Amino acid sequence: MAPSESDASVAQPGELVPGLAGAAADWASDQRTFKNVPWGKAMMWIFLLSDTFIFSSFLIGYMTVRLSTTVPWPNASEVFALSFGGDPIPLILIAIMTFVLITSSGTMVLAVNYGYRKDKAKTAIYLIITALLGALFVGMQAFEWTKLIEEGVRPWGNPMGAAQFGSVFFMITGFHGFHVSVGVLFLILVARKVWRGDYDTEKRGFFTSRKGNYEIVETMGLYWHFVDLVWVFIFAFFYLW
Amino acid sequence: MAHVEGQQHPLGVYIKVWAWLFVLSTGSYMVDYFHVQSYARWTLIIIFMLAKAGLIISVFMHIKWERMALSFAILIPPSLLLVFIAIMTIESDYTFLTRGIFFGSGS
Repeated sequence: MAPSESDASVAQPGELVPGLAGAAADWASDQRTFKNVPWGKAMMWIFLLSDTFIFSSFLIGYMTVRLSTTVPWPNASEVFALSFGGDPIPLILIAIMTFVLITSSGTMVLAVNYGYRKDKAKTAIYLIITALLGALFVGMQAFEWTKLIEEGVRPWGNPMGAAQFGSVFFMITGFHGFHVSVGVLFLILVARKVWRGDYDTEKRGFFTSRKGNYEIVETMGLYWHFVDLVWVFIFAFFYLW
Repeated sequence: MAHVEGQQHPLGVYIKVWAWLFVLSTGSYMVDYFHVQSYARWTLIIIFMLAKAGLIISVFMHIKWERMALSFAILIPPSLLLVFIAIMTIESDYTFLTRGIFFGSGS
């Protein structure tokens, strides 16, 4: 990793060149391109890249229908307002959901960190807390859906304005909620494996038959942070715009 | 396997970023709460969004510490989406125009 004082453009065997020259050297190395990256992590990144395009297509589709509709778009601030006895507070549930997801990203980071320190108990506990926060998020989303369906919002129309609002809402939040739900399942699976000590003994997985170690916790973390990342964009473009 | 492939960093960095994410989220919520409108609203939303996304990708997802070969592979392809956005903006403006003519006064 350390740059040598000699000619930086010519890498010694086994030595990694830093910076831009390093990027060129890695891609031209006639070996694996992503040095210092476990294969599982590289694969997760490539999956997340493809997922980025899926969510982007959804958001661009949303932009297209919103720009091209001649009917006024419903005011998200009012549609998602919630009252606790008094005046309705705009967007409050969505704000709470955002904070829940950010909190879960924080606990995920802690899980990854304790994983690399081989602190089995703490890693498992933080993974479980992350899963619980994720489940809480999905629960609140189910509440949101129920509320909107009761108010007459359907994928083909709604009483508040442009018909496309419903289809975009259900498709984008639904797809994101599905990602969170799958994430919760995987968090529970990884937590169980950590707790059982599979990553200390490099026990082979039941499905892939490959040896596992704590790098899997980081790969799991990448997926979880990505779900949080997607929510950042949905929150900005769908709820706040 | 003795090679170091993991990403280990002091907890302080994560806690700081975590706190910032809360601050930025509160900021973007306040934009709506105080009914900031028009260009000020859009600018603030985009700034808060990009700041949050940047922090998550660079620190939580460790891109800041990865080798450039990986960062480029991940960050450059999505930039093509800007072209897609531009195309669809033009297309939807056109659709809006034709709908205006078709549903409207016909002028």
